[in-house]
Amino acid sequence: MFDTLDSPAGPATQRRFYLNVEHHPENGTLLGFWLYLMSDCLVFACLFAMYGVLGRSYAGGPTGAELFDLPLVAVNTSLLLLSSITYGFAMLEMQKGRLRGTIAWLVITGALGAGFIGIELHEFAHLIHEGAGPQRSAFLSSFFTLVGTHGLHVTFGLVWLATLLVQLTQRGLVEANRRRLMCLSMFWHFLDVVWIGVFTFVYLMGVLS
Amino acid sequence: MTEHVAAGEAHGSLNGYVTGFVLSVVLTAIPFWLVMAKVFDRPGAAAAVLLGFAAVQIVVHMVYFLHMNAKSEGGWTLLALIFTVVIVIIALSGSLWVMYHLNTNMMPSSMHGGPMGQPDMRHMP
Repeated sequence: MFDTLDSPAGPATQRRFYLNVEHHPENGTLLGFWLYLMSDCLVFACLFAMYGVLGRSYAGGPTGAELFDLPLVAVNTSLLLLSSITYGFAMLEMQKGRLRGTIAWLVITGALGAGFIGIELHEFAHLIHEGAGPQRSAFLSSFFTLVGTHGLHVTFGLVWLATLLVQLTQRGLVEANRRRLMCLSMFWHFLDVVWIGVFTFVYLMGVLS
Repeated sequence: MTEHVAAGEAHGSLNGYVTGFVLSVVLTAIPFWLVMAKVFDRPGAAAAVLLGFAAVQIVVHMVYFLHMNAKSEGGWTLLALIFTVVIVIIALSGSLWVMYHLNTNMMPSSMHGGPMGQPDMRHMP
């Protein structure tokens, strides 16, 4: 970034500094939020590694093949995938400056996300009711930690979504709200990416063995 | 105004979102079908195929939904992503590798759930 030019008179004279202005991102928030997502990715990587190590330690208890209800997981997966594209539609409406359409698609996204959380809580309650709670085996501890952390992220995404809906109705598509919507967009799509790992690594591969 | 706000961000388009969605549906449906219809006999082969589908779908999401490309934010998002992927691969493969060898080298008694701190007397001299 800095170029120093030694003047011919030697080091005794004062050095001159020239600032070469490089291309600088105009909106640092999005880059910063991306870096947060990457660090969140590391959190999930550690949880995946933990599940990979402990996921076959059943301690004589039930296995994934006995517990997992794949049709329910398929429904859950499609809900989250649908919510990803409806959020995309909300962003398209935002780019066109249509407040009403943005809010409508965001409400649909929130409903799909809430459905996802509802099914997941139902699944957790069912497992705990059957005596397959997190304290049953290392497999179930790591399962509840990994899937629960993802569910917690989605829950906070829903809280964020509700907050943004209030701000949108109060202030409309102002610059600050557009920025917030873009950050939540990245967060929401990122959670869908993590879910790909969850349904493949935990559910599908858990049923295989 | 709008153009200025969106400057750093790659724009999504309706075509992009729909393409990504259709690809995702296909890439999700096939793995579920493979497992639920029990297409594979060997779990190892099935696991490899499932992981392959997941990797492709993650790339699809990154490109069509998160609008990843080499130019967004002056290339810094891609650089951060590459760094993260390297760390994730090291953490995952390293953990699995080390813990697998730890498990196989364990004394047989501790593999079958004996409480820690109670040595199995059969192995005592």
